[in-house]
Amino acid sequence: MEFIAPFTPALAETFLLAMVCTILLVDAFLSDAQRWITYALTMATLVVCFLITGFTDWGGEIYTFSGMFVADPLANMLKLFIYLTVAIVLVYSQAYIRDREMYRGEFFVLALFATLGMMVMVSANHMLTLYLGLELMSLSLYAMIALQRDSAVATEAAMKYFVLGALASGLLLYGMSMLYGATGTLELTRMAEVIAAGRADTTILLFALVFVVAGLGFKLSAVPFHMWVPDVYQGAPTAVTLFIGSAPEIAAFAFVMRLLVTGLGADFLIEQWQWMLIIMAVLSLAIGNVTAIAQTNLKRMLAYSTISHMGFLLLGILAGGNDGYASAMFYVIIYVLMALGTFGMILLMSRAGFEADTLDDFKGLNARSPWYAFIMLLLMFSMAGLPPAVGFYAKLSVLWAVIDAGFLWLAVIAVIFSLVGAFYYLRIVKLMYFDQPVDHAPLAPSPALRLVLGANGLSVLILGIWPGFLMALCEYTIALSFR
Amino acid sequence: MEFPILSFVIWVPITAGLAVLVLGDSRARSARVLALLGALAGLLIALPLWTAYDRASADFQFVEFAPWIETFNVNYHLGIDGMSLLLILLNCLTTVLVVIAGWEVIKERVSQYMASFLILSGLMNGVFCALDALLFYVFFEATLIPMFIIIGVWGGPNRVYAAVKFFLYTLMGSLLSLVALIYLFKAAGNSFALFDFYDVQLTLYAQILIFIAFMVAFAVKVPMWPVHTWLPDAHVEAPTGGSVVLAAIMLKLGGYGFLRLSLPIVPDASHELAGFVIALSLIAIVYIGLVALVQADMKKLIAYSSISHMGFVTLGIFIFSAQGVEGAILQMISHGFISGALFLCVGVMYDRMHSRLIADYGGVANKMPVFAALFMFFAMANSGLPGTSGFVGEWLVILATIKVNFWWAALAASTLIFGAAYTLWMYKRVVFGAVANPHVAELTDVNAREMLVLGVLAAAVLAMGLWPAPLGEVLHESVNEILRLAAPGRKLLIGL
Repeated sequence: MEFIAPFTPALAETFLLAMVCTILLVDAFLSDAQRWITYALTMATLVVCFLITGFTDWGGEIYTFSGMFVADPLANMLKLFIYLTVAIVLVYSQAYIRDREMYRGEFFVLALFATLGMMVMVSANHMLTLYLGLELMSLSLYAMIALQRDSAVATEAAMKYFVLGALASGLLLYGMSMLYGATGTLELTRMAEVIAAGRADTTILLFALVFVVAGLGFKLSAVPFHMWVPDVYQGAPTAVTLFIGSAPEIAAFAFVMRLLVTGLGADFLIEQWQWMLIIMAVLSLAIGNVTAIAQTNLKRMLAYSTISHMGFLLLGILAGGNDGYASAMFYVIIYVLMALGTFGMILLMSRAGFEADTLDDFKGLNARSPWYAFIMLLLMFSMAGLPPAVGFYAKLSVLWAVIDAGFLWLAVIAVIFSLVGAFYYLRIVKLMYFDQPVDHAPLAPSPALRLVLGANGLSVLILGIWPGFLMALCEYTIALSFR
Repeated sequence: MEFPILSFVIWVPITAGLAVLVLGDSRARSARVLALLGALAGLLIALPLWTAYDRASADFQFVEFAPWIETFNVNYHLGIDGMSLLLILLNCLTTVLVVIAGWEVIKERVSQYMASFLILSGLMNGVFCALDALLFYVFFEATLIPMFIIIGVWGGPNRVYAAVKFFLYTLMGSLLSLVALIYLFKAAGNSFALFDFYDVQLTLYAQILIFIAFMVAFAVKVPMWPVHTWLPDAHVEAPTGGSVVLAAIMLKLGGYGFLRLSLPIVPDASHELAGFVIALSLIAIVYIGLVALVQADMKKLIAYSSISHMGFVTLGIFIFSAQGVEGAILQMISHGFISGALFLCVGVMYDRMHSRLIADYGGVANKMPVFAALFMFFAMANSGLPGTSGFVGEWLVILATIKVNFWWAALAASTLIFGAAYTLWMYKRVVFGAVANPHVAELTDVNAREMLVLGVLAAAVLAMGLWPAPLGEVLHESVNEILRLAAPGRKLLIGL
């Protein structure tokens, strides 16, 4: 046993932590006019992290810190996507937070801390690491929501998120403690070995499973643990909603993979949680899609849409096998890409003192700016799962895995609710193209926002025409990580 | 490597459409010219297909193959047979006509209008060329987007309802067929190739489920009674060009789907359920024909007439004889010309009067003699007058039907009476008689642009009616091949 664990597998995390502390210090000495330095430092940190992770050893699973931390292809790949997502979020948010007096060091520091939390989550091989990452991310997010101190809705959203998040963490911890009781270990790979050897009490395992799945349900915003999502999405400042709705979904996917597949992946347990996930998935699809129709607030509508997308993600996971996990990974990456673009559009249309977060704000966008209307059109059709947008392939790969696993009926249900879902995405297109504009203010995005949002929108189309590469990448990553 | 002509047939219109879109609405004039050039280029590229097509071969021709999504074993696999060839040519021609027809009529967002039609045209060519089921599905679904925009942006007062209804109906159908396609993918040993689907052994139970899934998709598109209700709404609200493309090409995707997917992939289920489909077709022919009789809106009348005529297509297909299937395909082509022309005729009057109600017209012949003559010709063709294209397909289908069942044929033949009744009665009320009101008195006859569009269609209708043999030549081998694949018992797996 080594006394000092090798840090190299966690080099990106270490570097990020060092940089957060540096930025925190540097920012204290900056005036408001010099805030761009914080922004630039944050971006540079993400770029360097990207390079560090990109150039690490992708060969296999490298465990460190006595098996608490793992750097495997899945973790590395997801981390790359997390950096990318966070960087895009910051580009989109810049003008918005500046207009709302949130352009302060705290925003960037909290965002980076949340990123660190996500990185720890995706690399966790131990219940405590997992929990540590989760809490680091969640606490940063609570604070980010409440960053607008004077806003009553934002504070309310932060409170709700905090209280329900704490409850979910409690459930999760309770489940974990039972798992510890049943298996005598908190390390996920060891736990799997103990369970496989039949040395764990099945009754306790099943009880623990229920609590763990409930906790996961909260984090994934799956029905029936979805109550917080609409309020938080609507109440949080849009830049923060964008953040909550994007990168953490990738981390949540990793969380599920680590806990359920690595830790509790024994066949008799899969049979159990598969059915729990089926119920959650079907309910999420149903309630998410149907309730979204009734919304007039775009952010709230997107919250319900997220719930329904998480239902789809669960379908991929429960289908099991490397194909299923790869399809879920592809789905979550594509979903995050679409969510980024959609919230990016809301940020683009908002300006100082005006939030473009109701459906009516999108009326007649085609008359105001055909280009952005076209981007939103692509995003909406992609969310609805219509070819040639990439959302179609995400749904396709999940359906494929589900049918492969023998759940033909589940695929039919998913498809029917996609049809319901198509209606409310279509309504946005209708508002943009068929209605006359109410608001005539010119759209004046910054060059960076214009560039990134344009690329984001077009990527939905381009990935839809050539989806093969990303699909193969997911397949390959999963195949390397779960042999 | 051979010249990838089919790729050009698909991507030239789409590229031209994107170029028009980039041009922007502020440069309306250049957008129109560029769109026309794009549409003409699309037609010119498609024409060599007609001459180079080997009529003696039943194989798919001009085949192109490239891997596309390797994890799913999806390939960019194109090829055409006689049926696709005719539909592609019809599509390319219609696109040119639609661009010309919208020349002065569309004043708002010109570039988006033209671009939608060009992109739509390329996507539909893609449907007709695809030999990979997923590629087929992608093109099939993607056509919804431009059509949705066309109806919703340039449509009539109730356009939003019509556009959403159109979209959701068709999406409902195709989503179920997606599940069936994925199921077939597994059954065919991880392949989306249509050729592999044609050979896969399936139990009758599986076949019936797959047939129903396909049926929902294609029946909505055709449209068959009772899932036809979106069509009258969509037609009435769509701008003239939208109605033309909808009637002339998009409805054909349904008939094409039956012949390309349903029959060859699930032959036993097709035979098993043929009686059901035939019953629906006959209801469409007779009942919808009667419904057409009472319409007060000209576009609605033509829409119902379309449904009734498309009943012949499904009837002909599910008779399973070479005559019936060939008749069905010819009926699709002919209906493309005639219904397109009729919608254009209504468009000509609507542009002048801004009304589609029969009651607002009367005595149009006095003011628009040339138009009245052309309109007369298309009305006659719509009622199936011998010598026009409308006769050929219906006649073949009725002949094929009578060999199977006399009463079915008798019911189908009733369309010659009802069709003549609703079309000619409408024509009489609109065109003949004294000038009904001062608005009609101010009408001016067709201009050169309208004359060109209607003239081309009239020539096509006449040529196809008098001399359909070249079309038949192209179709014979392909139809025989489809029927060979559709033979019952060929791929039936015994058991559940």
